[in-house]
Amino acid sequence: MASALINVPAKARRGDIIEIKTLMSHIMETGYRHTASGELVPRDIITSFTCRFNGSEIFRADLFPAIAANPFITFFTAATESGKFEFEWIGDHGFSETASASITVE
Amino acid sequence: MQQPPNSSRRQFLGLAGGAAVLGAIPVVTVRPAEATPAMLASAIQSVTGGAAVRTGKVKLDIPPLVENGNTVPMTVSVNHPMAPEDHVRSIHVFNEKNPQANIANFHLGPHNGRAQVSTRIRLADSQKIVAIAKLSDGSFWSASVDVVVTLAACTEDVI
Repeated sequence: MASALINVPAKARRGDIIEIKTLMSHIMETGYRHTASGELVPRDIITSFTCRFNGSEIFRADLFPAIAANPFITFFTAATESGKFEFEWIGDHGFSETASASITVE
Repeated sequence: MQQPPNSSRRQFLGLAGGAAVLGAIPVVTVRPAEATPAMLASAIQSVTGGAAVRTGKVKLDIPPLVENGNTVPMTVSVNHPMAPEDHVRSIHVFNEKNPQANIANFHLGPHNGRAQVSTRIRLADSQKIVAIAKLSDGSFWSASVDVVVTLAACTEDVI
Protein backbone atom coordinates (compact mmCIF):
# COMPACT_ATOMS: atom_id res chain seq x y z
CA MET A 1 0.00 0.00 0.00
CA ALA A 2 1.30 3.31 -0.95
CA SER A 3 2.19 5.70 1.77
CA ALA A 4 3.43 9.25 1.91
CA LEU A 5 5.92 11.02 4.11
CA ILE A 6 5.51 14.75 4.42
CA ASN A 7 7.76 17.19 6.21
CA VAL A 8 6.30 20.65 6.69
CA PRO A 9 7.27 22.91 9.61
CA ALA A 10 4.37 23.12 12.06
CA LYS A 11 4.98 26.81 12.67
CA ALA A 12 6.55 29.62 10.71
CA ARG A 13 6.82 33.36 10.88
CA ARG A 14 5.02 35.39 8.26
CA GLY A 15 7.28 35.94 5.29
CA ASP A 16 9.56 33.02 6.06
CA ILE A 17 10.53 30.81 3.16
CA ILE A 18 9.96 27.24 4.26
CA GLU A 19 11.07 23.97 2.75
CA ILE A 20 8.56 21.21 2.08
CA LYS A 21 9.82 17.66 1.70
CA THR A 22 7.67 14.87 0.31
CA LEU A 23 8.21 11.20 -0.33
CA MET A 24 5.73 8.76 -1.81
CA SER A 25 6.47 5.07 -1.77
CA HIS A 26 6.14 3.80 -5.32
CA ILE A 27 8.09 1.34 -7.47
CA MET A 28 8.44 3.78 -10.43
CA GLU A 29 8.83 0.89 -12.89
CA THR A 30 10.42 2.46 -15.96
CA GLY A 31 8.86 0.30 -18.67
CA TYR A 32 12.32 -0.27 -20.14
CA ARG A 33 13.28 -3.35 -18.15
CA HIS A 34 12.88 -6.99 -19.19
CA THR A 35 12.33 -10.09 -17.11
CA ALA A 36 14.72 -13.03 -17.38
CA SER A 37 12.37 -14.57 -19.98
CA GLY A 38 12.58 -11.44 -22.10
CA GLU A 39 9.18 -9.92 -21.45
CA LEU A 40 8.98 -6.18 -21.10
CA VAL A 41 7.91 -5.10 -17.61
CA PRO A 42 5.07 -2.62 -18.19
CA ARG A 43 5.57 0.97 -17.12
CA ASP A 44 4.13 1.91 -13.74
CA ILE A 45 5.15 5.39 -12.62
CA ILE A 46 3.77 8.46 -10.93
CA THR A 47 3.29 11.01 -13.66
CA SER A 48 2.20 14.05 -11.72
CA PHE A 49 2.69 15.57 -8.29
CA THR A 50 0.74 18.62 -7.17
CA CYS A 51 0.81 20.69 -4.00
CA ARG A 52 -2.03 23.07 -3.17
CA PHE A 53 -2.16 25.53 -0.30
CA ASN A 54 -5.64 26.51 0.88
CA GLY A 55 -6.99 25.27 -2.44
CA SER A 56 -4.67 27.05 -4.84
CA GLU A 57 -1.82 25.30 -6.62
CA ILE A 58 1.65 26.32 -5.45
CA PHE A 59 3.81 23.61 -6.99
CA ARG A 60 3.43 20.98 -9.68
CA ALA A 61 5.85 18.46 -11.13
CA ASP A 62 5.58 16.24 -14.21
CA LEU A 63 7.54 13.07 -13.52
CA PHE A 64 9.12 10.69 -16.01
CA PRO A 65 10.65 7.19 -15.70
CA ALA A 66 13.99 8.87 -14.92
CA ILE A 67 12.73 9.70 -11.42
CA ALA A 68 14.07 7.19 -8.89
CA ALA A 69 11.80 4.79 -7.02
CA ASN A 70 9.92 6.30 -4.07
CA PRO A 71 9.85 9.80 -5.54
CA PHE A 72 11.36 12.32 -3.14
CA ILE A 73 10.61 15.92 -4.00
CA THR A 74 11.46 19.02 -2.04
CA PHE A 75 10.57 22.59 -2.84
CA PHE A 76 10.10 25.94 -1.10
CA THR A 77 7.20 28.19 -0.40
CA ALA A 78 6.71 31.53 1.30
CA ALA A 79 4.64 31.33 4.49
CA THR A 80 1.91 33.93 4.13
CA GLU A 81 -0.97 32.64 6.26
CA SER A 82 -2.00 29.66 8.35
CA GLY A 83 -3.56 26.90 6.37
CA LYS A 84 -3.42 23.46 4.91
CA PHE A 85 -1.14 21.97 2.30
CA GLU A 86 -2.69 19.26 0.17
CA PHE A 87 -0.49 16.91 -1.80
CA GLU A 88 -1.63 14.72 -4.65
CA TRP A 89 0.22 12.06 -6.60
CA ILE A 90 -1.29 10.67 -9.80
CA GLY A 91 0.18 7.80 -11.78
CA ASP A 92 -0.27 4.89 -14.15
CA HIS A 93 -2.95 2.24 -13.66
CA GLY A 94 -5.22 4.63 -11.78
CA PHE A 95 -2.69 5.38 -9.03
CA SER A 96 -3.90 8.28 -6.93
CA GLU A 97 -2.83 9.23 -3.43
CA THR A 98 -3.32 12.30 -1.32
CA ALA A 99 -1.85 13.66 1.88
CA SER A 100 -2.11 16.88 3.79
CA ALA A 101 -0.28 18.94 6.39
CA SER A 102 -1.17 22.08 8.33
CA ILE A 103 0.94 25.08 9.17
CA THR A 104 0.48 27.88 11.66
CA VAL A 105 1.86 31.21 10.55
CA GLU A 106 2.41 33.85 13.21
CA MET B 1 43.12 -45.02 -1.30
CA GLN B 2 42.99 -46.60 -4.77
CA GLN B 3 41.49 -43.56 -6.37
CA PRO B 4 44.11 -41.43 -8.10
CA PRO B 5 44.75 -38.65 -5.62
CA ASN B 6 44.41 -35.79 -8.10
CA SER B 7 41.32 -36.84 -10.00
CA SER B 8 38.75 -34.94 -8.03
CA ARG B 9 40.95 -31.90 -7.84
CA ARG B 10 41.50 -32.04 -11.59
CA GLN B 11 37.79 -32.30 -12.17
CA PHE B 12 37.17 -29.41 -9.87
CA LEU B 13 39.76 -27.23 -11.55
CA GLY B 14 38.40 -28.15 -14.94
CA LEU B 15 34.88 -27.22 -13.91
CA ALA B 16 36.02 -24.04 -12.25
CA GLY B 17 37.96 -23.03 -15.33
CA GLY B 18 34.96 -23.73 -17.52
CA ALA B 19 32.73 -21.70 -15.27
CA ALA B 20 35.19 -18.83 -15.34
CA VAL B 21 35.18 -18.85 -19.15
CA LEU B 22 31.40 -18.89 -19.19
CA GLY B 23 31.29 -16.07 -16.72
CA ALA B 24 33.63 -14.04 -18.86
CA ILE B 25 31.21 -14.08 -21.78
CA PRO B 26 29.11 -10.96 -21.41
CA VAL B 27 25.40 -11.55 -21.02
CA VAL B 28 23.90 -10.10 -24.16
CA THR B 29 20.67 -8.21 -23.61
CA VAL B 30 18.73 -6.15 -26.07
CA ARG B 31 18.54 -2.62 -24.81
CA PRO B 32 16.10 -0.02 -26.01
CA ALA B 33 17.55 2.76 -28.08
CA GLU B 34 19.22 5.45 -26.01
CA ALA B 35 17.99 8.97 -26.11
CA THR B 36 20.33 10.58 -28.57
CA PRO B 37 21.60 14.14 -28.49
CA ALA B 38 19.02 14.71 -31.22
CA MET B 39 16.24 13.56 -28.88
CA LEU B 40 17.66 15.85 -26.21
CA ALA B 41 17.62 18.73 -28.65
CA SER B 42 14.04 18.03 -29.69
CA ALA B 43 12.90 17.71 -26.06
CA ILE B 44 14.49 21.08 -25.32
CA GLN B 45 12.95 22.50 -28.49
CA SER B 46 9.48 21.40 -27.35
CA VAL B 47 9.92 23.42 -24.14
CA THR B 48 11.58 26.52 -25.55
CA GLY B 49 9.77 26.60 -28.86
CA GLY B 50 13.01 27.55 -30.53
CA ALA B 51 13.74 30.56 -28.30
CA ALA B 52 17.36 31.26 -27.46
CA VAL B 53 18.62 29.61 -24.28
CA ARG B 54 21.31 31.50 -22.40
CA THR B 55 23.75 29.89 -20.02
CA GLY B 56 23.63 31.14 -16.44
CA LYS B 57 21.36 31.81 -13.47
CA VAL B 58 20.60 28.09 -13.14
CA LYS B 59 22.61 25.94 -10.75
CA LEU B 60 22.46 22.17 -11.15
CA ASP B 61 23.84 20.22 -8.21
CA ILE B 62 24.59 16.55 -8.96
CA PRO B 63 27.55 14.54 -7.73
CA PRO B 64 30.03 14.40 -10.65
CA LEU B 65 30.81 10.75 -9.95
CA VAL B 66 27.85 8.49 -9.25
CA GLU B 67 28.26 4.94 -8.05
CA ASN B 68 24.65 3.84 -8.43
CA GLY B 69 22.58 5.36 -11.22
CA ASN B 70 19.36 4.08 -9.65
CA THR B 71 19.13 6.97 -7.25
CA VAL B 72 21.10 10.12 -7.84
CA PRO B 73 20.34 13.15 -5.68
CA MET B 74 19.81 16.26 -7.73
CA THR B 75 19.15 19.86 -6.73
CA VAL B 76 18.36 22.54 -9.22
CA SER B 77 18.07 26.17 -8.23
CA VAL B 78 17.66 29.40 -10.12
CA ASN B 79 19.30 32.55 -8.89
CA HIS B 80 16.40 34.84 -9.67
CA PRO B 81 13.88 36.81 -7.59
CA MET B 82 10.43 35.29 -7.16
CA ALA B 83 8.38 38.48 -7.32
CA PRO B 84 4.88 38.48 -8.82
CA GLU B 85 6.03 40.61 -11.77
CA ASP B 86 9.31 38.75 -12.34
CA HIS B 87 9.77 35.12 -11.35
CA VAL B 88 10.77 31.64 -12.46
CA ARG B 89 7.84 29.96 -14.15
CA SER B 90 9.21 26.46 -14.62
CA ILE B 91 12.32 24.33 -14.47
CA HIS B 92 12.85 21.47 -16.92
CA VAL B 93 15.51 18.81 -16.51
CA PHE B 94 16.77 16.69 -19.41
CA ASN B 95 19.34 13.99 -19.99
CA GLU B 96 21.26 12.78 -22.97
CA LYS B 97 21.38 8.99 -22.78
CA ASN B 98 18.45 7.58 -20.79
CA PRO B 99 15.79 5.92 -22.99
CA GLN B 100 13.75 9.12 -22.63
CA ALA B 101 15.21 12.62 -22.74
CA ASN B 102 12.91 14.10 -20.07
CA ILE B 103 13.63 13.77 -16.38
CA ALA B 104 11.11 16.13 -14.82
CA ASN B 105 9.27 19.42 -15.25
CA PHE B 106 8.68 21.60 -12.20
CA HIS B 107 6.08 24.36 -12.34
CA LEU B 108 6.69 27.24 -9.94
CA GLY B 109 5.29 30.65 -9.18
CA PRO B 110 5.98 33.78 -7.12
CA HIS B 111 4.53 32.12 -3.98
CA ASN B 112 7.46 29.69 -3.92
CA GLY B 113 9.78 32.38 -2.58
CA ARG B 114 12.82 30.50 -3.77
CA ALA B 115 13.29 28.66 -7.05
CA GLN B 116 14.90 25.51 -5.77
CA VAL B 117 13.80 21.90 -6.19
CA SER B 118 15.43 18.63 -5.14
CA THR B 119 14.66 15.08 -6.16
CA ARG B 120 16.36 11.78 -6.90
CA ILE B 121 16.82 10.63 -10.45
CA ARG B 122 17.93 7.62 -12.47
CA LEU B 123 20.82 7.71 -14.90
CA ALA B 124 21.32 4.91 -17.43
CA ASP B 125 24.83 5.96 -18.43
CA SER B 126 27.54 8.54 -17.94
CA GLN B 127 26.07 11.57 -19.59
CA LYS B 128 25.22 15.23 -19.64
CA ILE B 129 22.29 16.57 -17.62
CA VAL B 130 20.70 19.82 -18.70
CA ALA B 131 18.40 22.06 -16.65
CA ILE B 132 16.46 24.85 -18.28
CA ALA B 133 14.54 27.54 -16.43
CA LYS B 134 11.75 29.53 -17.99
CA LEU B 135 11.28 33.01 -16.54
CA SER B 136 8.07 35.02 -16.49
CA ASP B 137 9.52 37.40 -19.10
CA GLY B 138 9.78 34.46 -21.52
CA SER B 139 13.56 34.08 -21.45
CA PHE B 140 15.28 30.73 -20.96
CA TRP B 141 18.40 30.04 -18.92
CA SER B 142 20.28 26.81 -18.61
CA ALA B 143 23.03 24.88 -16.89
CA SER B 144 24.52 21.51 -17.69
CA VAL B 145 26.61 19.03 -15.77
CA ASP B 146 28.53 15.97 -16.93
CA VAL B 147 28.03 12.96 -14.68
CA VAL B 148 30.01 9.74 -14.63
CA VAL B 149 27.91 6.72 -13.65
CA THR B 150 29.53 3.42 -12.71
CA LEU B 151 26.36 1.32 -12.22
CA ALA B 152 23.65 2.18 -14.71
CA ALA B 153 19.93 2.27 -14.03
CA CYS B 154 16.61 2.06 -15.86
CA THR B 155 17.33 -0.66 -18.36
CA GLU B 156 18.93 -3.43 -16.35
CA ASP B 157 17.12 -6.78 -16.38
CA VAL B 158 14.80 -7.83 -13.61
CA ILE B 159 16.29 -10.79 -11.81
